[in-house]
Amino acid sequence: MTYFLQNVVNALQWGSFYALIALGYSMVYSILMLFNFAHGDIFMVGAYIGFGVATLLVALSAGGAVVLPGWLILVLTLLISMFLTALLGMLVERVGYRPLRDAPRASAAITGLMIGIILETGNLWLVGARRVSFPSLIPTATYDLGGVILTNKKIMIVLVALAFMLALHFFVRRSKWGMAMRAMAVDYVVVPLMGVSINAVARLTFAIGSALAAVAGILFSIAYPVLDPYMGIVFGWKAFVAAILGGRGSIMGAALAGFLLGFIEIFVAMAFPSTLRDLIAYSIIMIILVFRPHGFFGEPYSTKLRL
Amino acid sequence: MRAISPITPPAGKRPLRCRIFDPFRETPLLAWLFGAGLAVLLEHLLGESFAALVGLAKVPVLFGLMIILSKPLLFPGALLYVAVIYLLPLVTVALLLARPANTAAAALLRLGPAVSVLFHLALFYAVLHFWAEISGYREMTVKFTLIAVLLTLSLNLINGYMGEFSCSHPGFMALGAYGASIFSLSLFVNDPLFGKALLPAFLGPWLFPLGLVGGGLLAALGALLIAIPSFKTRGDYLAIISLAFLFIVKSLLENLPFVGGPRGMGSQPDYASLPVVFAWTAMGVWIMNNYVRSTLGRSLNAIRDDEAAAEAMSVNTRHTKMTAFMFAAFWAGVAGGLFAHMMRFINPATFGVQRLAEMLAMVYFGGLNSVYGSIVGAVSLNLLGEVLRPLELFKWIFIPLLLILVMIFRPTGLLAFRDFDAVRLVQPRSRDRQGGAP
Repeated sequence: MTYFLQNVVNALQWGSFYALIALGYSMVYSILMLFNFAHGDIFMVGAYIGFGVATLLVALSAGGAVVLPGWLILVLTLLISMFLTALLGMLVERVGYRPLRDAPRASAAITGLMIGIILETGNLWLVGARRVSFPSLIPTATYDLGGVILTNKKIMIVLVALAFMLALHFFVRRSKWGMAMRAMAVDYVVVPLMGVSINAVARLTFAIGSALAAVAGILFSIAYPVLDPYMGIVFGWKAFVAAILGGRGSIMGAALAGFLLGFIEIFVAMAFPSTLRDLIAYSIIMIILVFRPHGFFGEPYSTKLRL
Repeated sequence: MRAISPITPPAGKRPLRCRIFDPFRETPLLAWLFGAGLAVLLEHLLGESFAALVGLAKVPVLFGLMIILSKPLLFPGALLYVAVIYLLPLVTVALLLARPANTAAAALLRLGPAVSVLFHLALFYAVLHFWAEISGYREMTVKFTLIAVLLTLSLNLINGYMGEFSCSHPGFMALGAYGASIFSLSLFVNDPLFGKALLPAFLGPWLFPLGLVGGGLLAALGALLIAIPSFKTRGDYLAIISLAFLFIVKSLLENLPFVGGPRGMGSQPDYASLPVVFAWTAMGVWIMNNYVRSTLGRSLNAIRDDEAAAEAMSVNTRHTKMTAFMFAAFWAGVAGGLFAHMMRFINPATFGVQRLAEMLAMVYFGGLNSVYGSIVGAVSLNLLGEVLRPLELFKWIFIPLLLILVMIFRPTGLLAFRDFDAVRLVQPRSRDRQGGAP
């Protein structure tokens, strides 16, 4: 039982990375009907920006210029890298996606893939091929709840992730910008005629998605403090699966699917040899999609004539 | 057919542009092939000494481009080499032979289009063979490129002609590669995984096509896993299903100890020689080209444009989709089998998302819905990848940037929506062919 609960905790942590990244995919996908295949690499860049900012702040702090406590450094790192990564996201949108808004959707997917490769290579060029380790900003505290081991980092990761998801949810549901995004998701041909700027909405979507990817990147590097330039690939593709599994137009669906993917992966690894993880996890996803072809919360659609 | 009588209008009256370009336009493929043949022959005879003369250490392997990028100071020598050894004989011979070659091409066509096409193909192969013979590296590049053509074209069937976004192609390739490898490793080689050879080794190259076809059929069988869900769903969800298929295949191969698990399989016999790869690629292009021009292939386009309308027009959508998926997977499997016997080592990591990105790039670069485009995309990206090697890391910034530019300015790729008509390619090119002259 404790073993089971322990895995629930691990799955929550693992799932929150997928969920945060899947949110970015899902927003772009719902609003612009594009696969932003560069998103996994934006996650990677976010982690690296976080690494850079954190290292800089730690060095400043150690130099004695301004002495900052570890938690403040963490908060500052989070905010600064969210901002910078959002800028990167907007740049990606401007360069790679806006010229292709009327092109076939697959072409935009290719652009995304290529931007991803450029980001990886650029990072490799700037930082080098060696893996870097994220500075440890807060000391790890361990709590033992009847055999279930919790660390303050795990709790923080899950809580921060959930907080950002809730914030996004309220933003999309309650604010005027959120309303514009939802309207755009319904019809991006007519809504611009109503005076909503599609460029502004697209830019905002990419900015928010990239900021969330940066959050995921920093949380990930707190949990697993070794970064390498190719870490975004596998995460990106898996979060992409989660986003589609959640269903088009459903942001919370993407988050839920992200957690589900985390749970499936952790529990498959618990019950079977861990090498079978991908095999079983994707077989489950394939079966889900065969029976619910439009994802969990997406609107059903059919290509057949319904007479 | 009327005999070809090349006439030249009085030269002074035409604009300069026509006077320069018309001779080229009137030169048939046959003459170009002869020119290329002479260039290659010249390289065999004089290549080394001429390279030494212009200050190059050895014969430039890929038209001197690699030398220019890695040692810019050798630039004039490399340029001179290409001009004297390749361009000069090619252009001179092609232009000189234009008239007799036009007559010959017409005569060949009179014997039958198949004869003419086969003759051209044989000539092309001879040129390619002699060119590749100069160095092992060239041969390797040519083989890679030919296999990439097969892969790109078969992916284009689904992503271009049928309009789905399939991500499963490396999975099909893996199935074919493993199928063909198991065939040849278990039958003709004493292998630690499969025990003693069951058949004498000299039969190997002769039975190798069976192994390739077997691998292709295995891949086609795997394609059913995607084809059946595709009846119910399209677009994005099918993309995910195919991506899941890719992950499943890769993970399955990693977990099967009898095919070597994550370490993979090595020491396949060296059956994929250049003629074998060339023959399979030529056959694949021919069959796939016929496929997309058949009723079955046209109905793929109908399904892409409007499935409901296609069904109303009596297209059997299920049958069409299933055939297309299995057919494309078959050729991806054949390409995988060739790849395995060329590399002589495969492991599951070879067939991951990176290869997927590579294949998608070739398809969309070359052009959707286009046989020409697939050939151009595969050849150009492969050669570009080799030529830019001296740039090291920046190669992976240059190529993606190029692709982004192509996508922005030509969203469907360089040569989209072009059929391949072999007969038109080999016919004589004289201007009076259309009539008008006595």
